[in-house]
Amino acid sequence: MKQTTSIVLAGVGGQGILLASEICAKAAGFAGFDVKTNEVHGMAQRGGSVIGQIRYGEEVFSPLISQGEATVLMSLERIEALRYADYLAPDGLAVVNSQVIVPVTVSSGGAVYPENAEELLRQTFPRLIYLDANRVAMELGNPKCANVVLLGALATALHNISVDIWKDAIRECVKPAFVDLNLRAFGIGAAAGVIDN
Amino acid sequence: MKHLLSGNEAFARGLYEAGATLAVGYPGTPSTEILESCVRGYKNFVRCEWAPNEKVALEVAAGAAMAGARTAVTMKHVGLNVAADPMMTLAYTGTPGGLVFIVADDPGMHSSQNEQDTRHFARFAKIPIFEPADSAEAKQFIKVAMDVSEKYGTPVILRSTTRVSHSRSLVAWEERKELDRPIGFVRNPTQFVVIPAWARRLRGKLEDRLQKMAEDSGKLDGSEAWGINRVEMRSHELGIVTEGIAYQYVREVFPEASVLKLGCPFPLPEKLVREFAATVKKVLVVEELEDFTELQLKAMGIPCEGKKYVPKMGELTPDIVREARSRYESVEYRPSPSCRVVGNKPLPQRPPTLCAGCPHRGIFYALTKMDCDVTGDIGCYSLGVLPPLSRMDTTICMGAGVSMAHGMTQSGQKRKVVGIVGDSTFFHSGITGILNIAWHQVPTTIIVVDNRITAMTGHQDNPGTGVTLMGETTTPASIEEISRACGIKNVAVCDPLNHAQTLEVLKKATESDEPWVVISRSPCVLAVRKRTGNVRKIDPEKCKACKMCLKLGCPALECTGEKPSVNPIVCNGCSLCNQICKFDAISDAC
Repeated sequence: MKQTTSIVLAGVGGQGILLASEICAKAAGFAGFDVKTNEVHGMAQRGGSVIGQIRYGEEVFSPLISQGEATVLMSLERIEALRYADYLAPDGLAVVNSQVIVPVTVSSGGAVYPENAEELLRQTFPRLIYLDANRVAMELGNPKCANVVLLGALATALHNISVDIWKDAIRECVKPAFVDLNLRAFGIGAAAGVIDN
Repeated sequence: MKHLLSGNEAFARGLYEAGATLAVGYPGTPSTEILESCVRGYKNFVRCEWAPNEKVALEVAAGAAMAGARTAVTMKHVGLNVAADPMMTLAYTGTPGGLVFIVADDPGMHSSQNEQDTRHFARFAKIPIFEPADSAEAKQFIKVAMDVSEKYGTPVILRSTTRVSHSRSLVAWEERKELDRPIGFVRNPTQFVVIPAWARRLRGKLEDRLQKMAEDSGKLDGSEAWGINRVEMRSHELGIVTEGIAYQYVREVFPEASVLKLGCPFPLPEKLVREFAATVKKVLVVEELEDFTELQLKAMGIPCEGKKYVPKMGELTPDIVREARSRYESVEYRPSPSCRVVGNKPLPQRPPTLCAGCPHRGIFYALTKMDCDVTGDIGCYSLGVLPPLSRMDTTICMGAGVSMAHGMTQSGQKRKVVGIVGDSTFFHSGITGILNIAWHQVPTTIIVVDNRITAMTGHQDNPGTGVTLMGETTTPASIEEISRACGIKNVAVCDPLNHAQTLEVLKKATESDEPWVVISRSPCVLAVRKRTGNVRKIDPEKCKACKMCLKLGCPALECTGEKPSVNPIVCNGCSLCNQICKFDAISDAC
């Protein structure tokens, strides 16, 4: 079968997965690939666990990713990466934001948020980039660009899309006033990716 | 150049290209963005309107189609239940202008109360149904549906699903084709007035039309304009009959198999199906949800299998189809190797919750202080059923929050019953229930949780907001005045973010032996997009760790240790937590 590259984006509703998904899809399209994505709307967005999926290649059929198929899994919240670990190929790259968002089931129910999340992540993902993208984003002056920091690290695992194409995709997807900020965020993420890779 | 469009954006583009001049709908996931994209991109060509409910939407569209305009009506699968009445008879009359229903099913119930399969409705109503498998087909099939609707004089249903509507794929754009005929109603009572004598005549024509369509849709030689059924011959060992999104999974999982891809599963192109079945050794039907097509093949006497291997419940995925293939071939299913979480401790679940600052929280929290049954309805406020609030006892369909409170009260039970309905749901199908409560003087309290928008589906205007989908300013409907006009004497308004006031109003209403309508009014915080007040903070010195505040189920209140704390990024400053803290430990001052 023709080779298809798959990307999983995970997080909590409202964290900016849709924008990250759009940038990935644009980049794949600019690189000349057929591309399909899937996103979550409605009830699932109200602070629930959210997944975005992008698949690209010469000819893509399913918008949904199969188990063990993803080249890269990026998560905006640390334990959400664990929730979708099954999608990632054994040699795939996990890019995980260290941010914690405590689910209501933990605060007011009996559920437990894993204390050893980082350890669990390291055991689950042989190839892991674990970074505090929110801190990087704050230092850049805008907490909202954390997702693009992570995208920079993610891009290092996708060798069939060049950095210039990623930058074009960012220019296309964010408002003009935020292009420079997001390009810098992407660059910092990419540097983190190169070091950890 | 191709454009990356969601299925819903592609439907909108299809309406534009097909020369449609009116599109009407009621919001419902996963169909909502069809009209939103249409108004965003094509409002100068296609007039777009939200209707108060799907029945009204269809009747508006039908009126325009009877005058010759190309029109569409959009809704989610359960919306078609509401619109079923006009649909069943429009199937008899047809319309001179193309009339297309875009109905989005939700297999797996991502955002719905059931997973009904709209293909059954097509068969029930004797209306053709088309199933696109990606965005390019979503656009193409709209145009074919308009042509078919006009040529055969029938409405056409386009069945989308969550994965078709909310997946993006590449679409080539074409020019819009304007209608080459004048628009204006031409009187023809024997077609448009279904008194029994004339309806009986239309009934016969309906059968003839279905048969003609089944023949024409199966022609692949280009002699008919349909072009939406397709045969892909590969191996002769196995032939798969499939449709919609399932086609994409079949191509992933059975790359060597021949495929009959049905764009129109009803009326079934029987000749085409027979020819295809004759060229392959075995036939497998892979369809999402019901065994709709499999049963039709079996009724034709074609040996085939399907639901013995492919699940009937929930949505399909490539992995589920892969597993079905293993069962079909009697080999052990081996899932692909992947990263795996070590250990067996379950991750905490993260269900959707009412947002920080959501005014619905105030109503549900107040209801935790009262002894009553709560009949609920469909909207964000359905989340009031989840712990820790757990203050909704029934949810069935739009409007049932009102009418079931009536019925439960009339059952003779002792406990009070309170019904909950949202503002958009009130206009959708709550008003008739309130009229009924007033008529029968039922001593129940209906709370209209009025957050000034249709929130769950992503903030659509409704008759109460004073704005139309086209952006026109209009007269906002008043829930108070409508309730009074229905005959409700006791109408009160409360601010759900004022706990004491809300409790007082609810107590007064529920202790009364007359019908009450309480309007809980406070705008959706996601729509307002700014904080309600200052971010709260918990003083650890004053906090006695009673965890009362956690009973609000607010995502901004976090507690992983002994004492709760406020996440300042999430907090909306609604102040409910500091109103209920008995130790004055929460404020915006510290």
